Amino acid sequence: MSLSAHLPALQVVLPLLSAPLAVLLRHGGFACAVVTAGAWAAFAAAVGLWLQAGEVGVVSYHIGSWAPPWGIEYRVDRLASFVLLLVSGTAAIVLPYSRASIEREIPREQHYLYYAMFGLCLAGLLGITITGDAFNIFVFLEISSLSTYVLIALGRDRRALAAAYRYLIMGTIGATFIVIGIGFLYLMTGTLNLADMAERLRDVESSRAVLAALAFLTVGISLKLALFPLHQWLPNAYTHAPSAVTAFLAATATKVSVYVLIRFWYSVFGESLVYVELPLPRIMLLLSLAAMFAASFTAIFQDNLKRLFAYSSVGQIGYITLGLSFDSIDGLTASIVHLFNHGVTKAALFLLIGGMVIGLAKSGTVPPAPTFDRLAGLAKRMPLTCFGIVIAGLSLIGVPGTAGFVSKWYLIVAALEKEQFWLVGAILLSSLLAVAYVWRFVEVAYFKPAAEGTTRREAPLGLLIPAWLLVIATIWFGLDTSFTVGTAAEAAQQLVRVGK
Amino acid sequence: MTSLHPALILIAGALLLPFLRGKARNLTVLSAPTFALAALWLLPEGKLWQVQWLDYQLAPLAVDKLSRLFATIFLLMAVVGGLFALRQTSRLEVPAAFLYAGSAVGVTLAGDLVTVFLFWEFMAVGSTLVLWSAGTPAAFAASKRYVAVHLAGGVILFAGVAGQIAATGDASFHAMQVDSISTWLILIGFLINAGAPPLSAWLPDTYPEASWSGTVFLSAFTTKTAVYVLLRGFPGTEILIWVGIFMIFYGIVYALLENDMRRILAYSIVNQVGFMITGIGIGTEMALNGAAAHAFSHIIYKALLLMSAGAVLAATNRRKCSELGGLFHSMPITTICGTIGALAISSFPLTSGFVSKSMVTQAAIDGHLQAVWLFLAAASAGVFLHAGIKFPWFVFFQKDSGLRPADPPASLRWAMILFAFLCIALGVYPEPLYALLPYEVNYVPYTAAHVITQLQLLLFSGLAFFVMLDYLKRTPTITLDVDWLWRVAGPEVAKSCRLALVETRAGFANGLANGLASIGALIARQRRPDGMLLRSWPTGSMSLWVMVMLLAHLAIYYLG
Repeated sequence: MSLSAHLPALQVVLPLLSAPLAVLLRHGGFACAVVTAGAWAAFAAAVGLWLQAGEVGVVSYHIGSWAPPWGIEYRVDRLASFVLLLVSGTAAIVLPYSRASIEREIPREQHYLYYAMFGLCLAGLLGITITGDAFNIFVFLEISSLSTYVLIALGRDRRALAAAYRYLIMGTIGATFIVIGIGFLYLMTGTLNLADMAERLRDVESSRAVLAALAFLTVGISLKLALFPLHQWLPNAYTHAPSAVTAFLAATATKVSVYVLIRFWYSVFGESLVYVELPLPRIMLLLSLAAMFAASFTAIFQDNLKRLFAYSSVGQIGYITLGLSFDSIDGLTASIVHLFNHGVTKAALFLLIGGMVIGLAKSGTVPPAPTFDRLAGLAKRMPLTCFGIVIAGLSLIGVPGTAGFVSKWYLIVAALEKEQFWLVGAILLSSLLAVAYVWRFVEVAYFKPAAEGTTRREAPLGLLIPAWLLVIATIWFGLDTSFTVGTAAEAAQQLVRVGK
Repeated sequence: MTSLHPALILIAGALLLPFLRGKARNLTVLSAPTFALAALWLLPEGKLWQVQWLDYQLAPLAVDKLSRLFATIFLLMAVVGGLFALRQTSRLEVPAAFLYAGSAVGVTLAGDLVTVFLFWEFMAVGSTLVLWSAGTPAAFAASKRYVAVHLAGGVILFAGVAGQIAATGDASFHAMQVDSISTWLILIGFLINAGAPPLSAWLPDTYPEASWSGTVFLSAFTTKTAVYVLLRGFPGTEILIWVGIFMIFYGIVYALLENDMRRILAYSIVNQVGFMITGIGIGTEMALNGAAAHAFSHIIYKALLLMSAGAVLAATNRRKCSELGGLFHSMPITTICGTIGALAISSFPLTSGFVSKSMVTQAAIDGHLQAVWLFLAAASAGVFLHAGIKFPWFVFFQKDSGLRPADPPASLRWAMILFAFLCIALGVYPEPLYALLPYEVNYVPYTAAHVITQLQLLLFSGLAFFVMLDYLKRTPTITLDVDWLWRVAGPEVAKSCRLALVETRAGFANGLANGLASIGALIARQRRPDGMLLRSWPTGSMSLWVMVMLLAHLAIYYLG
């Protein structure tokens, strides 16, 4: 068997192995090299899997050659391959960025631990996405969650510890709910393989235990994906974590949770149960709208730029789940595209902010929090960074020519298709809130006079280049949509076809 | 996609300009639009660029006779405007103006609604920057009002475009019927840029606040792009006749009451665009030809008038008619050029205005629209009053204000002379213009009947001006206000109305202010570290929410 046949296993194993290696090396530089190599290999594997899934539809891999439903199956369909690309791609860009970024944010003797945790987190997220086994999802979820808590706690600010602790409590509750849900399903079907489970569920549908499983899973995953009102752990975690960690988590962690939700709804419980027999879409619609408005509104009044964009993430997740509430291929496509586009945009934003705080700090000191009073007249000092933030901000608003526009366009098309005209109004209105919070940055950075004697001092190049790569990506995916929309549409069709 | 896009050439020039100084800058200012113009004329007709975007077929570059006509005049305007603005010290203005002009060209060469919308928004950005670059607080305030109106217009247009594309599945830009919400929205979006009621006021409110050269650019593109898209999208839509006539009279009445020379000209833009929109509303081939030709000649003479006003402003730093006068002593070239522009706007025979506007009037006659024709004829007299005589008379002649500024420097002079030449040339020899028009022209402007009718009209209104000169002269002391109309119509009614209005307005403002203040206070309260907006949630309350959500889900599943 050639190497390409084992890509699904390599996808997870390579980053997973890089983590203990990093610990054994006990040296920041070597650890960085090993984990970055792991992430790049994972990215290459993801590209390979995307191509394979494009050819054969679903790539199924039996771990240890044990055939499912007894053995563990790795299953890559269109959606999984898309999310794998997003996760491994973000890691491949964030890791080289980390080197210069954590230099100032994390004590040197802890660097190798940072990389080890990063590798674990990456392996966990990739594992969740690729596995076709319910219990495996839980295991990988725990791997990624535990390493995430550590990563957040590595922030220099002492509040990072509190934020990580809060997230730990909430994340554990969420994981417990998920494992209870999986337990119920196992009880009812006697299998852990997702495809097999879906098959057997048809005979026992809508028994109370299955409904309880759905409730536990939905709420547990909602917590992990920070659906309003279960988002409260997110702002602090994003604000106080090291910059690179925030960028990675914002682009991937919540997105993978959305993926898990889609997976359970469409591939396990099936469309007919979730959308036809239960009022779940209406609940989703309501919570999504609440997220779009309440979280975006709260974002306007934040004093810390990182916190502002953290709340904006909660609002943007509202758009993703809004697409899920439509029960149409267009809506699902919009969700999947926004999942990707928002991931790219937010990663760009947080990477730029990471560079900005380094530029703000006096050399050799810990970077300060990016509060608005420190940002006055920043555009003079860091024109490239500020311009990048403006472009990414435009994508958050959904201005044509940026990635954000494409996903909003599909959301609007999906709403029009359902003849929900008021929803179109709501989507546009909530975009205005995004205008307001992005404008706050523009006003302070471009129109407030800078303090006396500021000179041009751009963020270090090692931080600017990865960030701008992503900024360019937000424009690229706004203009050329064949990759994003094409893959998402195929994924949506595949999901709906199988779910029927 | 091998052909060059003229709009992108100009926009590339705009992006390059801020980095250039001195000779290189001047050269780029003149050559970028010239290249674009050459590129435009090298393009064959048809859809030259085709792009697949989302599920739609877009044509960002599509050329036919109509789009070539408008793109030509826009680029010509950019060349001469650039020449006029060579001495502009603001480093932002000319690049912004080129972005603005380039986007206007982009709209005219767009074969689909998405591209139209995209360039439409760029145009709003460019024009706002032009206004802004005047650098005065008044201009900054005006630019904010301006951008607010145009962003609102853009949102309406976008909603219309999205609806239209979703409904028909076709993104191409062609003539539409006003029969659905989305086409209405598109029409409204277009009309807002044309300066149509009820939002006409954005134009005279903001254009005069730009710098001496900025207003020249502003006068040319936004409204005429709107005329272009209406010509293409909504020819023969009857409501446009009445919208146009309203604009014509709105422009005349307010221009007569105005004292600021550039505001007079700004009102007369609304008035002139009104003629074009009426022509579009009539919708016969003759009327559409007339509207297009009038847009072409209007851009030239309106720019000429505003250049002469700009030259006066640059030389004297005054803009009120009552403070100017007698400038012909020391500014002969400006006076002559300004007067030629004034004659052209009044459609004097042998000027460009005559050969284009008379086509619209003729179309009204041919269509047996007596009422419309009557309005247009009356308006022609009104145009002569407010722009044809009032502007040159009060600025260059009348009493001597004692000012003796010299004629402007060469670049400004040549720009004016060039356009003055074009005004006369097109008036004497209109065939090249007629050849550019979208439909075949079977119209002869210089018949005895046309010329005599027009001269009579002009003579009598000229007479009226000088008879009522004393009365008109007093206008400088009157500030423009809706109030003024009330005082003439019925002082008593006005007084009570006004009182009531003031009271309700005060009440409303109070209520609003209180409401806003209480919302503000609420937000301020919640922004404290322990407020709703900024606090960090304790794990207890977060867990509580999780339980609430779980119970809600379970309850709804089991009961639902």
